[in-house]
Parts: sequence; structure tokens; C-alpha cells
Amino acid sequence: MTKAAENIGKMTFEAALSELEGIVRALEAGQTPLEDSIAAYERGMVLKQHCEARLKDARLRVEKINLSADGTPAGTTPFNPDQ
Amino acid sequence: MPEPFNHPSSLTNTPEISVGDLSLAIKKTIEGAFGFVRVRGELSKVTLAKSGHLYTALKDDVAVLDAVCWKGTVLRLGIKPEEGMEVVCTGRLTTYPGRSNYQLVIESMELAGVGAILKMLEERKKKLAAEGLFDAARKKPLPFLPRIIGVVTSPTGAVIRDILHRIADRFPCHVIVWPAVVQGASAAAEVARGIAGLNALPNPPDVIIVARGGGSFEDLMPFNEEVVVRAAAASKVPLISAVGHETDVTLIDFAADIRAPTPTGAAEMAVPVRDNVLAQVLDDEQRLLQTMSQRLETLRDRLKTAARPLASPARLLEAPTQRLDRAAMQTEHAFEKNLTRSESKLVRLALRTPADVVNAASLKLKNANERLATAQTKMLDKPVRDVDGLARILESLSFKKVLERGYAVLRNDQGQLVGRKNNLTENQQVTITLYDGDAKASITKA
Repeated sequence: MTKAAENIGKMTFEAALSELEGIVRALEAGQTPLEDSIAAYERGMVLKQHCEARLKDARLRVEKINLSADGTPAGTTPFNPDQ
Repeated sequence: MPEPFNHPSSLTNTPEISVGDLSLAIKKTIEGAFGFVRVRGELSKVTLAKSGHLYTALKDDVAVLDAVCWKGTVLRLGIKPEEGMEVVCTGRLTTYPGRSNYQLVIESMELAGVGAILKMLEERKKKLAAEGLFDAARKKPLPFLPRIIGVVTSPTGAVIRDILHRIADRFPCHVIVWPAVVQGASAAAEVARGIAGLNALPNPPDVIIVARGGGSFEDLMPFNEEVVVRAAAASKVPLISAVGHETDVTLIDFAADIRAPTPTGAAEMAVPVRDNVLAQVLDDEQRLLQTMSQRLETLRDRLKTAARPLASPARLLEAPTQRLDRAAMQTEHAFEKNLTRSESKLVRLALRTPADVVNAASLKLKNANERLATAQTKMLDKPVRDVDGLARILESLSFKKVLERGYAVLRNDQGQLVGRKNNLTENQQVTITLYDGDAKASITKA
């Protein structure tokens, strides 16, 4: 993984998505020089993979905080309100 | 002995009783007569002891009544007693013999009229607003896509179920539920602790929802409590308040970063719809691919157009090659010319070749031969003719001598000697040479 790709891995979904949209708009405007366009395109693809991965591993996990007698948290237990 | 001991103490028949007995009697009387009272007054000197018991006083413009609220009751009060609060307390009177006190033991407490409550809330709101807790500048944007959602609410009931279902429908993710009582005296403290506790987790949520279902004005009162408002305002994690129905407004709504009309609405604010976002990302990818391929196509065309005048590299080289060739030929030519000039000079300077010598000599020889031939002709002609003449003379002289003796010479018309009879034909003209001259004759018979 390149350095740029590592940085993308640390990005929030929102930041990655908004950068991706920015790249798409800039490329569609066609103002960037070719060299920059290719670099931007490559970065856009990595951003897209990052976003997609984040979207695809979405699953529900619900935990309930266990409170000790003095009201401080003491671990969690899986929680299902329907049970 | 001091005077008092001699003073007669039994001047009346009133029996003497101890302080303890009297205090006990008073206690019985008061508690019997005021075993159940409703007292309206303003709360004063509100003190919550470490034991959990609440000590306060009810006052109006003429009197003060000490009051106590035991720990167990405090938790069930429904409102949080505060200094200056106009309340109606239900309870009983009791005395504290050790201090010559009497006090009201509060069993329940309610605010004295909605108007008073609203006025109190308005004042509280003003006070907190003055502190800047509701400032727009404090509002934090909600994350677009939280990894963890914290929910402070009751772990039982419809509210948490609705929230979890809506989250699961839209964008399933990690939810941490902080259980809290959402009604009654302890609710405010528990909710406040939940907000602070979620913030303090080693891996805190990205957004917090504080939720409670619909209820009466009093039911929602904990969410008007200062401790809850302050906790919401202090939350570093963006916070959504979702208390009661859409028309219910509590003070936490002003401190929250955003107010949701309902708990379900809070879930919708917390997470986007996964499929929509996925579609958006895939659309971005498509646009990225399309714009890039179009760009490359355009550039390819432009390159082709731009390269047309340039043609091939070979053609680029043609003109220079031609020039090079011409230059090379000129050089060669000049060289040859130079060489020729030098050669001729050399030839002029150098010895003549043997061939030349031979040629020159043969030319000379030829000339000499010609001259010799001419000279020979000139030299020999006359003598030959002389000799010829002489010979003829000699000859004629020789056979004339014979003719002298009478012999004749016969010749044909061509001057040739005719020596034999065979050479003669009939009527042939012949010349007969005699000693003294010639005579013509004709052959009569051959």
C-alpha cells in the first residue's frame, strides 16, 4: 500500500466521500493537467474502494453498558430489546 | 448554700414533668394533629446531604417551616427541589426533641401551578443561555456516517426498539445503549451521567442520542434539569435530543446539537440510508471512469491532430538527410576537383611516362618516315625515269641492230609484240617495225 492509500485508510467516510466527489467534479470540469488528472483518478479509485468497503461491512451490533452500584460503567453485554 | 435550693418549688400543684416527657407529649400532639398536610411555600436552603436525605425549608412572607425529605422519597419526587421553587408539599409534621424543633416530613412535592413552572423554566433557560450553553457556535455537525452510536434511554420500552429498528433498516452499525431511568427524581442524574459516561468511554461513540417517549409535562421534567442541560452542552460527542413528541420542548433541546422530533427521527438523523450512499459511491466511480476515458479519448484525438504535420520520424529526417547528402556530394566533388587540379599540376611537374616518351618518339619517327618517303620519291623518280629512258633507248638500240640486218618487229594495235602466229587473227591491223621506220599492215590470212 502506498503512503497515500494508508492515509485514505485513516480517513473518515465523510472525508473520503467528499474528496471523491471533489475529484469527480474537478475531472469533469477538465481543468486539471493530464499528469494531475491521472494521479487524481488513481486517488479517486482508492477513495472509492475505501468508501465501498466501509459501506459493505455494515452490520448491526448492539451492546448495553453494565452499570455498577455507583453508576459507573462495568463492561457491556450484547443487547436485544425485542427479547 | 445558694438561694435557689431554698426557693420553694412546690408553690403550685402543677405536676412536674421532665423535658423529655414534655417533648414527647408535644411530639404526640403535633404528629397527631398534623399527620397529613399540604403546605404551599417557597423552597429555601435546599441541601442534599451525603446520606441522600434532603433538608430544606418552606417559607412565605411571614413564616419558615423546616422540612426534610428522606432519601427514599427524594428518588421518587419527580421534580428536583431547587432554591426559590414555589411548591406544594404533602407530608406530615414531626418534631425533633433533641433541638426543640418541628419540621415537615415531605412525602411528595409538586410545583405550584404550571404558570409557575413555566416561569421557572423560562428563568432557567435565560440563565443557561446567558452562560452560552445554547450558543449556535457550540453546535457540532453530526457525522455523516458514525461508526458507533450511543443511546441514553431506558433499555425497556418502545423507544430503544424503534431506534434500533430504524438504524438497522437504514445503516446497521455498532450501537451502545446506556441504560437510564427517564422519569422520576433520579432520571436527570442518570441521563446526565449517561451522556458524560458515553463521552468518557475509551472508544466513545461518534454521535449520542438522548431519547424518551412521549409523556406528561411532569414526566418530561428531568430533561429540563440543569444537570442534564449542562451534560448535553458539555458533550464533546455530537448529541441529538429526542424527548417526547414533536410538540414537546425541554431545555435539553436547546443544549443539544440538534433536536429530533421523535426517537425514530433521531435514528434517521444519525445514519444515512446505506443503499443510497452505496449508489452514490458507485455513481462517483462511474463518473470517474467516464470522465477519464473521455479525457483520454479527447487527448488522443488532439495528439493525433497535433502530430499530423510532424508525420513520421523518418519523414522528419528526410530534409536534413537530403541536405546532408548534398553537402557530402559537394564535398566529394570539391575534393575531386581539387585532386584533379593537384594531379595536373603534378603531371606538369612530374617526369613524362615511358608511354609518353614512346608516343612522342613514334610520332617523330612517323614524321621522319614520311619525310623520308617523300624524299625517296623525289630522289628516285628522276633517276628511275632516266633509267627507264635509257633502258628503252638501250633496248631499241639493241634490236635495231638486228633490224639493220633485215629483221622486222610485229606489234598489235596495242603495241604488244606479236611473236607467234597463234596471236594473229584475220584482218588484224599490225605495225611492222623495220630498221628505218614503222609500217602499217593488215593480216590477210592467219
